[in-house]
Amino acid sequence: MRIAVASGKGGTGKTTVAVSLALSLLTDAAWKRDQRHPPLLLDCDVEAPDAHLFLHPTIERREQASILVPRVDEGRCTGCGECAEVCMFNALAVLGERVLLFPELCHGCGSCSLICSEDAISEVPRVMGLLEAGPADGLHFAHGVLNVSEPMPVPVIRQLKAWARPQPDQLTIVDAAPGTSCPMVETVRDADFVLLVTEPTPFGLHDLKLALEVVRDLGLAAGVVINRDGIGDRGVEAFCASENLPILLRIPFDRAIAEGLAQGRTLLEVRPEYCSLLAQMARRINDAVLAVRSVEA
Amino acid sequence: MHRIALTVATPDLDAEVDPRFGRADFILLVEPETMAWEALANPAREAPGGAGIQAAEFVAQRGAHAVCSGDFGPKAYQALEAAGIAMYRYGSCRTAREAMERFRAGELPAADPPRRR
Repeated sequence: MRIAVASGKGGTGKTTVAVSLALSLLTDAAWKRDQRHPPLLLDCDVEAPDAHLFLHPTIERREQASILVPRVDEGRCTGCGECAEVCMFNALAVLGERVLLFPELCHGCGSCSLICSEDAISEVPRVMGLLEAGPADGLHFAHGVLNVSEPMPVPVIRQLKAWARPQPDQLTIVDAAPGTSCPMVETVRDADFVLLVTEPTPFGLHDLKLALEVVRDLGLAAGVVINRDGIGDRGVEAFCASENLPILLRIPFDRAIAEGLAQGRTLLEVRPEYCSLLAQMARRINDAVLAVRSVEA
Repeated sequence: MHRIALTVATPDLDAEVDPRFGRADFILLVEPETMAWEALANPAREAPGGAGIQAAEFVAQRGAHAVCSGDFGPKAYQALEAAGIAMYRYGSCRTAREAMERFRAGELPAADPPRRR
C-alpha cells in the first residue's frame, strides 16, 4: 500500500501531513492490530528533502545515487553520429568526427550504447546524489538527496524507490516534490492513493487543478487535505464538490501550529488531537483501496 | 566556399537577428563573398534540453565555418569550438544584413569563452 502526498503549490504542508500521518499510525490501536510493520516514510523531494528535520532519523544505510552515462572508446569510434542522432537529450554530439559528451544532459537511457555499430560505447556510473535510510521515532525512514547543481531529480527518485523497498504488506507514505513535472510524476505514478494537500486560496486552487489533472491522467485515486483552513475563499471547496473529489481532512490556520512547525515540531506534537483524525484518514484510505482491489480481482 | 550561420527571427537576409543561438527560429547561411543565402528552420529550437549543442551540430553539418548570434552558452561554445567554427556576436546589429556587412568589414566582435563555474 502506497499513499503519495503531493500538491501543485509549494508550501501547502505536504511534509507536515506526510510526517504526521505516518506517526499517527504508530499509536493507533486499530492500525497496530492489523499491521505487522510500522509505516515507511519516503521523502522523494530530493531537491529539498526536509522530513528528516522533523523525524531526526538514525541513518543506518547509505547508497550513492547514480545513472549510467556513455563513455566512448575513441579508438573504435568512427564518428558516424548514430549515437548523437538517437540521443533525445543532446547529451552526445558528433563534431569534426569527434564525439562530444555532455554527461549532465544524459538521462541514462542506454540508447547510444545499444545503437553503436562499432561497439565503441560503454556505460559508466555518474553519481548524482545520495540515498539514506534508517529508523526514525519508530518509523522506517528513507530519503534521497540530489547533489547541488544536478539538474535531474528523477533518476534519484527512481533509485530511492527501488532501494528503500517496503515489506510486501507495509504501508509506504511518499512525500512528493511540489509541482506537476517529472519529479512529482515519478513519485506518485505507482501510488495506490494520492493525497493532494492544498490551501483554500486562489493559488492553492490553481495548482490543485493542475495536480489533479496529472493524477487523473495517471488513473490514480485521490483525496484532498485542506491546510490553513479558514483563510482565503470557498473556491477549493466548490472545485472539490464539482470534481467529486473528497475532502478528507482540514487543518485550521492556527498560529500555534505555525509556530510549532517553525521550531521543528510535528503537527501531532502541537495538536495531539490530530493523531486520531490522521490515523482514521489513513485507515479509510487503506480500506477504500483494498475494496477497489477486491472488486478488480 | 566559406559560409557563416546567423540566428534570425524570419527566413531572409533582411531578417531581424535572434539573439538566442540554440533556440532561434531560423538559421541563415550566407556566403560572405557573394552574399548568397539560404534560410533553414532551426531543428533545435524546441529541444527539451541541449538546444545549443544540437544547433551547433546542425550548422557544422551545413558547412558553416563561422556563426553569429547574441551570445553562446557554455555547451554550445564547447561544441562549436570542437567543430572548429568561429563564433561572433551581433553586438549592436539589428538585422542579418547589417551583421554580414560588419563581418565583411572585419568588425564583428568575437564571442568570449564562457566563464568557468
